[in-house]
Amino acid sequence: MIYHLALILGFQLLGEVATRTLGTPIPGPVIGMVLFVCVMIASPKLAQDIRGTAMGLLAHLSLLFVPAGVGIVGHVTRLGHELAPILAVIVISTVLSLIVAVYTFLLVAKWVDNDG
Amino acid sequence: MGEFTEIWTYLSSEPLWWLTATLGAYCIGDLAFRASGRRALVNPVLISVLILAALLFATGTDYPTYFEGAKFIHFMLGPATVCLAVPLYFHLGEVKRALVPIAVALLVGSFMAVGSVVVLGQAFGLSGETILSLMPKSATAPVAMGISENIGGLPTLTAVLVILTGITGAIVVTPLMTLLGIKDFRARGFAVGLTSHGIGTARALQVDETAGAFAGIGMGLNALATAILVPLILVLF
Repeated sequence: MIYHLALILGFQLLGEVATRTLGTPIPGPVIGMVLFVCVMIASPKLAQDIRGTAMGLLAHLSLLFVPAGVGIVGHVTRLGHELAPILAVIVISTVLSLIVAVYTFLLVAKWVDNDG
Repeated sequence: MGEFTEIWTYLSSEPLWWLTATLGAYCIGDLAFRASGRRALVNPVLISVLILAALLFATGTDYPTYFEGAKFIHFMLGPATVCLAVPLYFHLGEVKRALVPIAVALLVGSFMAVGSVVVLGQAFGLSGETILSLMPKSATAPVAMGISENIGGLPTLTAVLVILTGITGAIVVTPLMTLLGIKDFRARGFAVGLTSHGIGTARALQVDETAGAFAGIGMGLNALATAILVPLILVLF
């Protein structure tokens, strides 16, 4: 468990160093994630060993957004008269993006499958 | 009463109290979520945030004091993002077969997530600064804040809008997809990761591991796509 945590933090550290060295807009942990996948491809045994720890942490991924979420409460009340239109834009835009993304994925997947 | 004041003075100066309160509030949110039969509307993040906000208000605690305790939980976001590699690895075969749909859905979905904000924002009469702050809303918070700053938005406002977008997506995705009759968990997961970053990914992981793997990819790729698309769309409009 501690070995696994050390390894996971190590990948994040590598990612943070890489994103700063390269000056990319990708966050360090996302680069760490990609590196981690590559290492698991090279060592499938590691993937089996670390699965429990990683899925355990991910099972409560929602919890990790709570501290940042509490921070928005004060800001939300300060948005004043813009709050209602902002919420409307967020909800409509999110629903539209979900629909467009999911149907594009399905259509292209169907098209690729028929072709292959 | 004097004793209580003394205890409170101790607790309010230590991270332990707000760290425990955050976990406690989340447990209540999670129990409510389970009791509801894991319904998307009973979102554990939203419930715990509301409980903690009420607690902060009732005790007159400011956010920086709260965050002194809660930062230990906040910190775990980085390692958890790295851990998204694990579902991704175990579903690598499916991901490889879906590379073309992933690429096209990323382009179209990301364009919609950013472009619709510009069109809708103007239609609803939002100020230019608010629209700029809202454009990167679907990207994960650190990336969205960086983009917002570059294009003249307000990064702190963007952080708020990113979280609202995450909670919105996490709440609407399951009822919406069920309504549309979409059963492909690859497509569902990818769409919610793309539009609602980590909070959407957290919801996808609650529903299905394949959906979680594809949501992680959607989140990672859309961080990059948003960073490229936002400046391009600004030139277009």
